[in-house]
Amino acid sequence: MPKIIVEVMPKADLLDPQGKAVGNSLKRAGHSVATVRIGKRIELHYDHTPTEADLEAAKQAAADFLSNGVIEDVVNVTVEA
Amino acid sequence: MKIGVVTFPGTLDDRDAARAVRIAGGEAVSLWHADTNLHDVDAVVLPGGFSYGDYLRCGAIAAQAPVMQTIIEKANEGLPVLGICNGFQVLVESHLLPGGLIRNEHQHFICRDQKLIVENVDTAWTSEFTLGQEITIPLKNGEGGYIADQETLKRLEGENLITFRYSEVNPNGSMNNIAGLRNARGNVVGLMPHPEHAVEPGFGPDTSVAMRSGVDGLKFFTSVLKSLVEA
Repeated sequence: MPKIIVEVMPKADLLDPQGKAVGNSLKRAGHSVATVRIGKRIELHYDHTPTEADLEAAKQAAADFLSNGVIEDVVNVTVEA
Repeated sequence: MKIGVVTFPGTLDDRDAARAVRIAGGEAVSLWHADTNLHDVDAVVLPGGFSYGDYLRCGAIAAQAPVMQTIIEKANEGLPVLGICNGFQVLVESHLLPGGLIRNEHQHFICRDQKLIVENVDTAWTSEFTLGQEITIPLKNGEGGYIADQETLKRLEGENLITFRYSEVNPNGSMNNIAGLRNARGNVVGLMPHPEHAVEPGFGPDTSVAMRSGVDGLKFFTSVLKSLVEA
């Protein structure tokens, strides 16, 4: 199914408690990882190949609703055919 | 005076909020998330809970609900609105208050009687308090860490918009110990702790006088009723 992928990450300079907890757990398990941050991947599915207008609408939704600009950044909005 | 209490799917504390309204002497009116009609209420409470299962972000989906579109419009015209806990999250997601609320710094859900300092009494919901007064009401949340960028924090401090600060301990890592905010006009107030759980002797926080006798939350509701009478 054609889709538009929206990726959202917590802002780099803000605490990500979820990422911190997972990072600590990985370190306990012996991983050499320094820090972990957890974001979201949101898939918008279409029954047609997404048009430019669909992509624009998705970008708008990503900025207005799918992310909160105070705490998150939209890092990617792409069409995946 | 009629005070509307909104129920979204996943709201928990609507009954307690309605009860608090009645104990304070008001008439509580149930408002439904899918209904854009506010049924002539004079003020609105957005109660606590987990609207829409906290999906996407706490309060984000509720902010898009039909009832919120009317509340946002009327709040901008001066309708008193109080957001408690999840209701506070709905207010920030609706952009009626700035900033955001994220998972508690220490990652634990917290449930305790919390001391707060009343930092502003020029609002529809806090006029019955005295400036600097310390009050105790329950706090129960997993995502109560208040954050905002430095510019917003500076504005909140400079324009006196911080309405409540945590006292003694900062339970969730909130910036500047922020527990609650108001808008510039003072009709919209949001806070993480729960005033509606401290309105009736026997069911509130412990005080030095007696167990569970704390009723500091009642003044939120008597404040708004008074401000409506005076308006």
